[in-house]
Amino acid sequence: MNNNSQDQTALHTSLQEKVRKGFGAGWPICLGYFPIGLALGVLAQQAQIPVWAVGMMSILVFAGSAQFICVAMLAGGASVTSIILTTFVINLRHALMSSALAVHLQGVNRRFLSLFAYGITDESFAVNMTRFNNGDWSKWSALSVNHLANAVWIVSTVTGTVIGQFIPQGAFGIDYALTAMFICLLVYQLQGIIFVATACIAAAIAVGWYLFIPGDSYIVGASMSAATIGFFIKRRTRDSHASS
Amino acid sequence: MHLPEYFFLFAAMGLVTYVPRWLPLLYLAHRRLPQWLVDWLSLIPVAILSALLAPILLTHAEPRTLDIAQPELLIAVPTFLIAWKTKSLGGTVIAGMLLYWLAGLLL
Repeated sequence: MNNNSQDQTALHTSLQEKVRKGFGAGWPICLGYFPIGLALGVLAQQAQIPVWAVGMMSILVFAGSAQFICVAMLAGGASVTSIILTTFVINLRHALMSSALAVHLQGVNRRFLSLFAYGITDESFAVNMTRFNNGDWSKWSALSVNHLANAVWIVSTVTGTVIGQFIPQGAFGIDYALTAMFICLLVYQLQGIIFVATACIAAAIAVGWYLFIPGDSYIVGASMSAATIGFFIKRRTRDSHASS
Repeated sequence: MHLPEYFFLFAAMGLVTYVPRWLPLLYLAHRRLPQWLVDWLSLIPVAILSALLAPILLTHAEPRTLDIAQPELLIAVPTFLIAWKTKSLGGTVIAGMLLYWLAGLLL
């Protein structure tokens, strides 16, 4: 009896610890999301989308770039079907991230995975992958990162719709928050020569693809091509050294 | 648009966003992944981040042209070094924003 309750206390404390670690790793994402969420809110307000609709969109969709494009398309009078199709294409890249995360969530129950999947974004993915790769990261910490980011996203988009018109454009370098975040997340991933090579290949393909092919296919196209090329380079060098 | 239309639109957008995030995870987390797939997937994060970032730093949108003389790229250099040295996501984001803001005031 006594033992059991002690176990439960220990379990509870360690869960709390994991959630705290998740928040510790996730707060910079919020720093990046806040200005972007505000910006989205401002655009939505200009497009005369009501504040409750913005909140509903952030809860149901939770995908920054798709939401920006949705607001622009609504403002431009696009059809509902074309907005849904565009959203699908833009967010298809998350299927790759979801696959990569599966490596670290082997055997986890389906209910947890279903909840976790909701919060897979470019940013939470990069933070969680880095931590998982370093070891010492639990699924609960990862879930906390996702949900903290989600909560801040909802609050900031709604806030932006309400107060956005009072914020001057370009103030405090807010336009650069996401770029700086991507730079740091990329640095985290440069864990060896093969990763640096893959990054350079991806950059070159992405720029070429972006310049010559309209739309957003460059993200999935360039990253899959670069990972494949990197994979074969790695395999070749490993074979020639004949060592693991 | 009214509530039912908004709800239908956002629910449909949410569905087409959720399914690609959910299906691979659900499917792959309960299978033994072959080593080649694990190796390939390990290169996906760096490739995606680089593919997202490079066009922001190296091109101009509407019309899409190559543009390497822009503050985005200039500020990326110190931001990269700060990220490399500190490994701090929050510190890098704040420093990058400040530098970009200052560059906008000075240039």
